[in-house]
Amino acid sequence: MMRTVRLQEIANARTGDKGDRLNLVLVCRDPAHYTAVAAQVTAERVAQVFAARKPTRVVRYDLPKLAAFNFVLDDVLEGGVNASLGLDGHGKSLSFLVLDMPVLISAEASRFACGAQNKSI
Amino acid sequence: MTKVFIGAAAGFAGDRSDAGVPVVNALAAQTGPRFLMFETLAERTLALCQLERRQNSQRGYSPALERMLPPVLARCLESGIRIVGNFGAANPAAAARRIAEIAGALGLRAPRIAIVEGDDIADKLSTTELAAREVGGESLARLPKIISANVYLGAQPMARALDQDADVVVTGRVADSVLALGPLLHAFKWRADDWDRLGAGTLAGHLLECGAQVTGGYFADPGYKDVPDLAEVGYPIAEIDETGEVVITKPAGTGGRVDRLTVVEQLLYEIHDPSAYLAPDVVLDLTDVEVTEIGRDRVRVSGARGRPAPETLKATVCFDGGLLGEAEISYAGPNASARAQLAAEVVRQRLRKRLPHLNVRVDAIGIQSVWGASGSSPDLHGEQANDVRLRFAAQSADAAQIEMLLDEVEALYCSGPAGGAGVRRRITPRLASTSCLIERRYAEPRVTMLGAPA
Repeated sequence: MMRTVRLQEIANARTGDKGDRLNLVLVCRDPAHYTAVAAQVTAERVAQVFAARKPTRVVRYDLPKLAAFNFVLDDVLEGGVNASLGLDGHGKSLSFLVLDMPVLISAEASRFACGAQNKSI
Repeated sequence: MTKVFIGAAAGFAGDRSDAGVPVVNALAAQTGPRFLMFETLAERTLALCQLERRQNSQRGYSPALERMLPPVLARCLESGIRIVGNFGAANPAAAARRIAEIAGALGLRAPRIAIVEGDDIADKLSTTELAAREVGGESLARLPKIISANVYLGAQPMARALDQDADVVVTGRVADSVLALGPLLHAFKWRADDWDRLGAGTLAGHLLECGAQVTGGYFADPGYKDVPDLAEVGYPIAEIDETGEVVITKPAGTGGRVDRLTVVEQLLYEIHDPSAYLAPDVVLDLTDVEVTEIGRDRVRVSGARGRPAPETLKATVCFDGGLLGEAEISYAGPNASARAQLAAEVVRQRLRKRLPHLNVRVDAIGIQSVWGASGSSPDLHGEQANDVRLRFAAQSADAAQIEMLLDEVEALYCSGPAGGAGVRRRITPRLASTSCLIERRYAEPRVTMLGAPA
């Protein structure tokens, strides 16, 4: 049995900046989801989520011992905090752009997923 | 086995003034080498301080020290908790004098204050020479007016300062992680080529340098990631042993949480390649790091590895970045989205004629204000919001262009759509920054004690 959940239900994210480069940390709340997230939240798919910002390069670094991933997205901050005309030149809010992605997980592995009915962490 | 305790009282200059108090109380109850670190220098903060120093030679340090040190200084001096901070910014010597004054005003004994300098390379390399060393951009090739150029110093000068029994060490630009690695080099006498231990100490510093970001700050997402008593979140304390094993915890009785999830989120924060995190003293490899919950609000971080330090030092170079102009206006009630849409079109149409080359960003706060791309306006057709705040923004070196945009927004009061309200306008001078890689010979770190003959 598989079911689709929003990434926010099974993973945590935090974004940080270095100039015009964004780093996005994605951590599986339950390490059991690592393989499913690795298969679906690919660099290509994250690049699609950021299409409006026209990333020139997206790299995913895998950290299986931490059940986590580090994405590095180049040139997505409109010049970064020094040059962006936007309110969020640091890209701090962009973690939730990725957490909005749908992912397919097996029903058994979803026991740790959070949501309106199940708030366990 | 001796353990070193390092608490973090600030993760940036705008951090809470009272954050250090529970940390110092917890450190005071411990024995052994104990340190309190303050990280207050974001990339451009130093340039702002440099501008201030040009106005007044006694200023140019981070004003954060004025409000962050008084709540903790007495207890630190009484309990032998040594303070390290990069709040010296563009003028560490002036910061040291100011800290001595603060101690005097509080009726405390005169602290031994060490000053670490030598990060400022603005007089050593011309703009052209800096441009040749720029990485990840070509902004210096246009030869902008440089405001500041500082290399990130490593941990050896801070360790030397602590070797001289400093109660307080004030630095300018050092790598943030140095605020922990310096005390560890001093306490454990790790060799300068003991790469794995230098890696572990750098990792400890990295986990501490953003303050509460490792203890439940910047983490809560109600229903998904709950954090107890976030309003009183406890700032972190790292316990490090001589093998380089790190335990992250926080003071008892404070809010927040320390577990695998809070620690891993910070572990990778602002990291590029996890196998090669470049620091002045070591290249840190995080790929085999393990994070283990060993008790309530206690997490062990082990497995850091290190490789020989990079040949060059990173420098941040700041220069004049023109002016940012912003103006906002609100529309509320029935049909607010359509009136806001019309207002955006009016301003765009007028500017197309009058300032065709000015890149203007328009946001609809509450509908789309942080994720859109600049250059386009939010599409509000079909939006049913009944409270929309429009924001217009542009950047230029020419103040007249910025004024014209802001005037056009303000003119919506009388000649835009109905019900436009609450115009606010602001012009902010901008600092731009870039990074360079600098040969180590240009950095000449030096350590002096306040009051000692030069």
